[in-house]
Amino acid sequence: MILRTLTLAATAVATLASAVPAMAEGGHFIPVMSYRTGPYAPNGVPFANGYVDYFEMLNHRDGGVGGVPFILEECETGYKTDRGIECYDRLKNNNNGAVVLSPWSTGTTYGLIEKAAKDEIPLVTLGYGRTSAADGRVFPWVFNFPATYWSQASSMVRYIGQEMGGLDKLKGKKISLVHFDHPGGREPIPTLELLAEKYGFKMNKLPVALSSLSEQKSTWLQVRKNRPDYVLFFGWGVMNSTGLKEAAAIRYPMDKMLGWWWSGAEADVQPSAEAAKGYKAFSMHGAGIEYPVFDSIKEMHAAGKGYEGEAMGDVLYNRGLVNAAYIAEAMVVAQKHFGRAQLTGSDVRWGLENLDVTKERIEELGLTGLMPVTKVTCENHEGTTPAALVQQWDGKKWNIISDWIPAMSDVVRPLVEQDAALYAKENNITPRTCS
Amino acid sequence: MLYREAGDFKTTYAKDQALIPIRQDRVMLYIAIALALLLPFVASDYFLGSIAIPVLIMVIAATGLNLLLGYCGQISLGSGAFMAAGAYMAYKCATAFPWLPMPVSIILAGLATAMIGIAFGLPAVRIKGFYLAVATLAAQFFLLWLFTHVPWFVNYTMSGVPTPPPATVLGVYVTGADAPNWAKYLFVLSFTAFLTWIAYNLVRSRIGRSWMAIRDMDIAAELIGIRPLWTKLTAFAISSFYCGVAGALWSFCFINTVEPTAFDINRSFQILFMVIIGGLGSILGSYFGAIFITLFPIFLNSAPAWLGLDIPGDIITHLEFMIFGAMIVFFLIVEPNGLARLWQLGKEKLRLWPFPH
Amino acid sequence: MEFLSDFFVAPIMEMVDAPEFLAEVIIAGLMSGVMYSLVGLGFVLIFKASGIFNFAQGVMVLFAALNFVGLMDSGVHPIIAFIATVVIMTVLAMAIERVVLRRLVNQNQLILFMSTIGIAFFLEGFGELIWGGNVRPLDIGIPDDVVFIANGTILIQEADLFAGATAALLVTILALGFRYTAVGRALRAVADDHQAALSIGIPLNNIWVIVWAVAGFVALVAGIMWGTKLGVQFSISIVALKALPVLILGGFTSIPGAIIGGLIIGAGEKVAEVYWGSLFGGAIEEWFAYIVALLFLLFRPQGLFGEKIIDRV
Repeated sequence: MILRTLTLAATAVATLASAVPAMAEGGHFIPVMSYRTGPYAPNGVPFANGYVDYFEMLNHRDGGVGGVPFILEECETGYKTDRGIECYDRLKNNNNGAVVLSPWSTGTTYGLIEKAAKDEIPLVTLGYGRTSAADGRVFPWVFNFPATYWSQASSMVRYIGQEMGGLDKLKGKKISLVHFDHPGGREPIPTLELLAEKYGFKMNKLPVALSSLSEQKSTWLQVRKNRPDYVLFFGWGVMNSTGLKEAAAIRYPMDKMLGWWWSGAEADVQPSAEAAKGYKAFSMHGAGIEYPVFDSIKEMHAAGKGYEGEAMGDVLYNRGLVNAAYIAEAMVVAQKHFGRAQLTGSDVRWGLENLDVTKERIEELGLTGLMPVTKVTCENHEGTTPAALVQQWDGKKWNIISDWIPAMSDVVRPLVEQDAALYAKENNITPRTCS
Repeated sequence: MLYREAGDFKTTYAKDQALIPIRQDRVMLYIAIALALLLPFVASDYFLGSIAIPVLIMVIAATGLNLLLGYCGQISLGSGAFMAAGAYMAYKCATAFPWLPMPVSIILAGLATAMIGIAFGLPAVRIKGFYLAVATLAAQFFLLWLFTHVPWFVNYTMSGVPTPPPATVLGVYVTGADAPNWAKYLFVLSFTAFLTWIAYNLVRSRIGRSWMAIRDMDIAAELIGIRPLWTKLTAFAISSFYCGVAGALWSFCFINTVEPTAFDINRSFQILFMVIIGGLGSILGSYFGAIFITLFPIFLNSAPAWLGLDIPGDIITHLEFMIFGAMIVFFLIVEPNGLARLWQLGKEKLRLWPFPH
Repeated sequence: MEFLSDFFVAPIMEMVDAPEFLAEVIIAGLMSGVMYSLVGLGFVLIFKASGIFNFAQGVMVLFAALNFVGLMDSGVHPIIAFIATVVIMTVLAMAIERVVLRRLVNQNQLILFMSTIGIAFFLEGFGELIWGGNVRPLDIGIPDDVVFIANGTILIQEADLFAGATAALLVTILALGFRYTAVGRALRAVADDHQAALSIGIPLNNIWVIVWAVAGFVALVAGIMWGTKLGVQFSISIVALKALPVLILGGFTSIPGAIIGGLIIGAGEKVAEVYWGSLFGGAIEEWFAYIVALLFLLFRPQGLFGEKIIDRV
């Protein structure tokens, strides 16, 4: 622990030292709202490392984006809403102002949606936060591509349909939803309820109380009683590892258990390593380190920067990396459009809104297989092709086992618009027109 | 010599009964108020929005708990839940009656919280001490569960995390994203000042004195004709009212979202620590406690950077836990009356200074 | 009307329909109750001997388990790690007695209670500062399989059985120790009357150290049981809060009370969640134990087995 601290301190000092000359000639300031402490630290550490590493890699390899380096500053939130807000306020005006922000917490995201819009800092909430923010007319400053919770839930239903051999086979089947009892964990319920009605499966909700995240016996007893055909598992933090252990203990077939993308990291399955074999989780990006981009990252590590060896290639590390890659890409788009290298928050927002990450572009970035094709529009901040991958735990590592499973946007989109409209009405917002 | 009451004559009963009988104290208060009003002109936006506002809100909550714990001797580990009650009730009031002025909605939310506080204070009629801690823990867990499980509280929004509606006072936005920090600050400040004034008056009124009588010896208090049931329940009601108002302001003027995890059990402990470190049975202590507990973690997080050190965030958080724990024990052993007592000692010293006797 | 039937009739019908499942729920509940009992046991020991309501007991479980697993992970043999942790907990007990308790003698109970909250925070930070905040899997060879009984209809986890047996053994040893050893007699004397115990020459300070050390030992056992099943983690200390309602139910001064209270709360909350949870939208486990305790406080404040020493108003 102490040793790790020292190395971390050393690398951080090195980062600082490298950032100093950059500041003199300007740069894009990005606050990093990490949570390396508290109950969610095992998830927060790889996430933040991946995010920082990608930007550091760009700084090291290309000198940033378009010759303008990234300036990063970390602020520890401990995954607490008020600390997150405090961090935001503390950092937003540093280094000529933040140009983009990923809050990495559903609670903080909700607190910042209005504030960030006012400060003209776009929020990139990669598959979390407020689902209805996908309606870009009401939420111009929030982006939740490549897919929202609701899209993910519909992808899950579609995947179950595929496994069963057709969505019509879902009729009369039983699906249990084991979820984190928090607004974030309850988020996909409306979609699932709608789909349950549409396809005739029975959904059984089993919330896990916040104080019994690590003691879920009664939840899994109910699963044992109901004997559902599938269990959808929407956990977070320690709830994941505990839930998997309990599921293994009642001998629930692991390949019928589908986790959402916050229940599919290494830290979640490792405590029950062998027992969780066969468990499937959804994801929005590829797994492992077999991608060209990691060569550049290793070079950067070799130069003594970033977070070497810590969680590299972990699911959440890759998520942080993809998060950073999207932001960098949006900056490229914006730089091209505005014809200047140094961007403001509002420029980056334009870049995010006109983001079009094509297959060819992903290839160029060395991210093939890691990052999904995404096209964002003014109305649709979720991207026009929301989809999810399925990854399976083989006892040692995660393997991607499916193609991109498209969401049922025809079901989800009206819900998004309905909720966004309600929000707009409550807050006296006139949705902008996009055409 | 610098601080003295000699020569400060009181010629009328009214003067003798004044809230702050000593002139120098009054002058200090005026200076403090003036400084508080001047703050928006000099302080940065960050200071106003992320330091001054949360501190002032936590002062209200700490005062509320101090009335209950410091003055009436009843412990509560459910202050966080009462803040949540205030936040959700204020949201309900503000959306159900949009024509109500925002301060009225917040006061109504406080009153609703007071009702809830009475319900959970009822066991205090039969038990006291740490037994009550368990009863209030029940409030903590049950209320948060209730607010997140009954969709009525969030107006059936699908996300379950409502956003406080924007509202104006005197034509200026005080809640919502359009509200400038100075307006939010003044809005919160007026609540804090008003509730502090009420609290100061309460504790020297009949009701406050009966609280203290119950705290010091309940049987003796009963013998001299104080009704324990009534007295304890008023303490619970008023304390919950303060917490409710604080919770409403926290959601509306600080985090800008009505989010259950902002009011979990850690919040309850935080408020308890403010009261213990600030000073049990001292309104001024609530100020010291709130300022200290809110600013100290921020200080810990920024201090290494100022010193040129780089200590990772997780170490700092663990240190924070240790330091808070150690300080609680330290203050309970060495100075149970907390920072407020240190302040008083300082004043004593100033009275004698520079002469030794 | 429909609600009443859902509340009173349907769950009972369900229980009658599938008695094996009910048995399984109750057994599972009793097994998690064992954990509450072990934490509650630590509370009772300290409360009896010193009148202190030790809020830090839950964190002591975490702290002991963290030390144990930390030592084991650095390559120490489990038995040596166990002994070392017992030593650490004893040193901790001495430190707490020296630094905190001795200076707070004769203080109001509420002050003592709040000081243990301070201790709890300190220990939590201290433990994680040394060993880090990650979930640490703990494997000391406790069987981690399941057995089926009654023709395979009832599933029981072996780790649970093991924990139950260990707890029973621990309680027996403690009970015998209290009964037949000199220290045990001294402890009982102190529990009965501090002043009288002091006057016949029982060193109160030493007794406090012993009690805290024993509570630390119980915490270590609880921590190992818990850690084996779910890994050693931060949230153990939150779950341990549930021991408070257990004590209200069982009475603060009764060791059998803590055991039985723990079992009742454990079984009760599982049955409530499984059969009544969905009626209320689930997750009623979050508050069930506390509300039961609240009702108990209103009608029988001394708990099931406690003495009537509680301050009645």
